[in-house]
Amino acid sequence: MSVLDSEMWPIVTLTLRVTATALVIASVVGIPVGVWLGLARFPGKRPLVALVYTGMSIPPVVVGLLVYMLLSRSGPLAFLEWLFTPTAMILAQTLMALPLITGLVMGAVAAVPADLVWQIRSLGATPWQVRWAVLREARVGVLFALLVAFGRIVSEVGAAYMVGGNIQGHTRVLSTAIMMETGKGNFALALALGGWLMALALSVNLAAMRLHGRSL
Amino acid sequence: MSGCINAPEKCITLATTTSTRDTGLLDELLPRFRAKTGIEVRVVAVGTGQALEIGRRGDADVLLTHDPVAEQRFLDEHQGTSRNELMTNDFVLVGPTNDPAKVHEATSGADAFSRIWQTQALFISRADESGTHQKEKATWLAAGIEPAGPWYIRTGQGMGAVLRMADEKGGYALADRGTFIAQRTGLNLAVLYSGDPDWINRYSVIAVNPQQHPHVKDVWAMEFITYLFSSEAQQIIAEYGRAKYGEPLFRASRWPLRNGH
Repeated sequence: MSVLDSEMWPIVTLTLRVTATALVIASVVGIPVGVWLGLARFPGKRPLVALVYTGMSIPPVVVGLLVYMLLSRSGPLAFLEWLFTPTAMILAQTLMALPLITGLVMGAVAAVPADLVWQIRSLGATPWQVRWAVLREARVGVLFALLVAFGRIVSEVGAAYMVGGNIQGHTRVLSTAIMMETGKGNFALALALGGWLMALALSVNLAAMRLHGRSL
Repeated sequence: MSGCINAPEKCITLATTTSTRDTGLLDELLPRFRAKTGIEVRVVAVGTGQALEIGRRGDADVLLTHDPVAEQRFLDEHQGTSRNELMTNDFVLVGPTNDPAKVHEATSGADAFSRIWQTQALFISRADESGTHQKEKATWLAAGIEPAGPWYIRTGQGMGAVLRMADEKGGYALADRGTFIAQRTGLNLAVLYSGDPDWINRYSVIAVNPQQHPHVKDVWAMEFITYLFSSEAQQIIAEYGRAKYGEPLFRASRWPLRNGH
């Protein structure tokens, strides 16, 4: 395999597909939960917040191990037949991105000035209109949350290797390929793959900045 | 995005040790097998301990591993239906060419290890419970030495990383010959001792037991195992590496074929 080989393309496209899918799922769940947690006041909020923040520092290998045990033939979700497939990798990456997005969105929403929230409420906005307005105010923070989550899961290797299996042409992504080539002593190829990963991250970040150009 | 199980094509999962993939041997065998039978073999390359655990949980159809003791335990648990030795190579002691511990004069693996201990020469250990590490521990035991001290470095890393560390620090390391030959370019290391009869590295194929794990595709798995012991595959194994590295990396267990097969 060389840097511009035909074998490289499936690895690059699978990396993007898995990470993008995981990011979308984690956003659909994590952004609303983060907004709700950032605004709501209820008993038991503190332990819940502590749980979310703790989830931000779970080692990826532990997430991989848990997902493996769930999806294994001897596990409770064996009937899904997801182990060693890209779907299993999406599940693991979603679980890693979820606490990050939730926690960072919560922080961004909580940082919106309280009198602004009060003002919106006093104008007669429904709770849903309040949440939407606050989310718009916190959009830079939300974008930042997505970029951090992207960075964490696209480069993650432990869980991807464990639940995907690094199978050639099937579940091999950039991060697992880098680890494998490093182990084989192919440092030049590993570095080239790392270059691809950096290029991917750079394009995503540039696109994000363009998207939110006015607010950054 | 389905796995092997509901994939439209015929497909089995092979859990194996990294050395069989990293040497490139499987890249020679699997495409030929697929061309013959239409069965795709999906390779999950991990440590031998993890490969056996994957088999124990029913997440692979065939295993190719190199730890006879752990494999026997696997069979004793009725997790596998058959175990056949596919190929061997040997473990070798590599080190800096000036050989400060004079291990090239050793008469056995244990003697070579004693010399390293006596001179307190640097030794880089895998320390990762791999097949190679098991053999290293058995050799220290045979030498009556409990390795400890600043000269004994426990890395917890793979073979490639250990070889490079031995190169950088001018230390000794136990390696399997196949990985060493495949990675020696650019390393200032040489095989300084080999030939201990206990230093044989045995790779065996195990079929995962369908009675324990009913979804296992045992028919295709057996087709694969039969192919691995065919004269075509055995010859490929016996010759593998000669063209690329100047010497074969493995010795095929059933080649040359006896009894006129």
